[in-house]
Amino acid sequence: MVKPHIQSEKEAVQGYFGRFGGRYVPETTMNALLELEEGFRAAIQDPSFVQDFRHLLEEYSGRPTPLTFAERLTEYAGGAKIYLKREDLNHTGAHKINNALGQALLAKRMGKKKLIAETGAGQHGVATATVAALLGMECRVFMGEEDVRRQQLNVFRMELLGAKVIPVTSGTRTLKDATNEALREWVAHVEDTFYLIGSAVGPHPYPSMVKYFQRVISDEARSQILMQEGRLPDDVVACIGGGSNAIGMFAAFIEDEHVRLHGVEAAGKGLDTKEHAASLSMGRPGVLHGTYSYLLQDEHGQVLPAHSVSAGLDYPGVGPEHAYLKETGRVRYTAVTDAQALEAVQVLCRTEGILPALESAHAIAEAIQIAKTRSAADILIVCLSGRGDKDVETIRSRMEGDRS
Amino acid sequence: MTRLQTVLQSEQQYLIPFIMSGDPSLEATRELIHLLNEEGVAAIELGVPFSDPIADGPVIQAASERALRQNVTLQDVLTLGRQVRQEGCQVPLILFTYANPVFQYGLSRVVEDAVGCGFDGLIVPDLPYEESGELREWGQKAGLSVIPLVAPTSRQRIRQIVEEAQGFVYCVSSLGTTGMRQQFAGTVDTFLQTVRELSPVPTAVGFGISKREHVERFQKQADAVVVGSALVRKIEELSGALSDPVQRTEALEQIRAFVTALKTK
Repeated sequence: MVKPHIQSEKEAVQGYFGRFGGRYVPETTMNALLELEEGFRAAIQDPSFVQDFRHLLEEYSGRPTPLTFAERLTEYAGGAKIYLKREDLNHTGAHKINNALGQALLAKRMGKKKLIAETGAGQHGVATATVAALLGMECRVFMGEEDVRRQQLNVFRMELLGAKVIPVTSGTRTLKDATNEALREWVAHVEDTFYLIGSAVGPHPYPSMVKYFQRVISDEARSQILMQEGRLPDDVVACIGGGSNAIGMFAAFIEDEHVRLHGVEAAGKGLDTKEHAASLSMGRPGVLHGTYSYLLQDEHGQVLPAHSVSAGLDYPGVGPEHAYLKETGRVRYTAVTDAQALEAVQVLCRTEGILPALESAHAIAEAIQIAKTRSAADILIVCLSGRGDKDVETIRSRMEGDRS
Repeated sequence: MTRLQTVLQSEQQYLIPFIMSGDPSLEATRELIHLLNEEGVAAIELGVPFSDPIADGPVIQAASERALRQNVTLQDVLTLGRQVRQEGCQVPLILFTYANPVFQYGLSRVVEDAVGCGFDGLIVPDLPYEESGELREWGQKAGLSVIPLVAPTSRQRIRQIVEEAQGFVYCVSSLGTTGMRQQFAGTVDTFLQTVRELSPVPTAVGFGISKREHVERFQKQADAVVVGSALVRKIEELSGALSDPVQRTEALEQIRAFVTALKTK
């Protein structure tokens, strides 16, 4: 008997989570995906691969990351005890490195010498450029022209790390189109190139693979909370763009039926406007970037641009497993506006001395709301997926804008 | 045997042009269909614009963006099919659309409406064998050929794909997206031969074919040759003239000359 929110064996082979997932890609890509799946399955069965991955997580990225009891934030919210899973303390400043290390090791094992990646704000691009440098691989990062303009510093960081940044001029010139272009590039160079996808999206096996490399977040958090509190949390909160930190944060808790899981999308300027990135809350199922999942689209199936103050959440699709967890009711998905996220940035700065990434601030905002409704005996863990240094300029201009 | 297969098995007609519906306007597309019909092409692929065309190179991407600015929808392209049929156009028509517009329209509904509007075939480039079972079943029931793609990288997959093929098998000449190429990999010949041997239906080859030399080269190895980006670019160059009532006839004649040149030995 398979629990409704857990993938069956047959689904795992085809890459389905219920009716979501699959491989909606041109035939030219199919054999590469089949090889990738085979390579991935073999790698995770191989103790030396698992050992190498663990070694890099510990000795390079600095894992395990702490589970910090946020005492003053807890007082501020006045309810449940709030713990922060500190993914911001990873090397390069976010959870993205976990997956980049895993996939790059896999690429190397499969004999591919070139990495390509898509990036929005540049965080995944930086993580990929970082592991490419570490493992001595060639790296090209596709980035929408609009994002290249907005994120000059991250472009320079990637170049400093030896990567080549390729501006994408098609469509909306943002992450969505950078992903299209990376997929096209992969199709053309499929024999010697590994496409390192940064989120829990894309065709099978990417969503499962990203989950595997990111589940270290919840594996650690679960044992840390058992050590510190002697019991599991009541609530777990994470932000969602494509959904990689969230699936990593939820993975170890999915079977703990009494742990409530909350995914927080970007409501941008509000769910009643057209400017948001809440594909689960406001979208409909459809196909984007090789997977069947929820997405923002018009009545004819044209994909709509997303909006969020946080570039990492500014994506019109979402990973297929999240679509499934929504439909089975295992995870509650909600959304937080730009304004609420900016408020949460300031609250966390002043109560804990931690500057969160704008992405993570969405989860913090929701965590505060949930904590308020719980008692002091309750425990909540929120995934602090990244640090906010990259966002200082955006935060400053938004705060100055609000004052004027 | 379907109209599509009959045409492809005759040696006279071997050119399958691709055009993007609504580029520069639905009216221009209608006239282009009639022109291509008069030119005696084997079939016409009518593209439906999509916001995220991952199988297409820059020329067709740009055409798709232009058509989307005209708000052209899948429904419009179906209606266009019905219109040219009513105007006497006999050439086989193939609907070329990405998966998402099809899913939003409804699988069975798109198949029924395509048949009702006079289409002979359907190509969905991002529905590989594993994901297209349901669509193939609907196609079979309704008499719409669901045309599969095979690529040089398909290798062991070729057999299962061609066994289920309807209408014809679309062979992708080389890796990458649609678009003009100067050269083709030497392995393409063996690949085309393999597909031809295994396939119970005719074969067509496409991706990168832009001039008469290419058409001649591939004509011996497949039953038909698809020309997309080169024609779409020609239409793009003439888009101003095509939208101008005074210059339209002259522009259409230039396109006719381009198509004729592709076929002339």
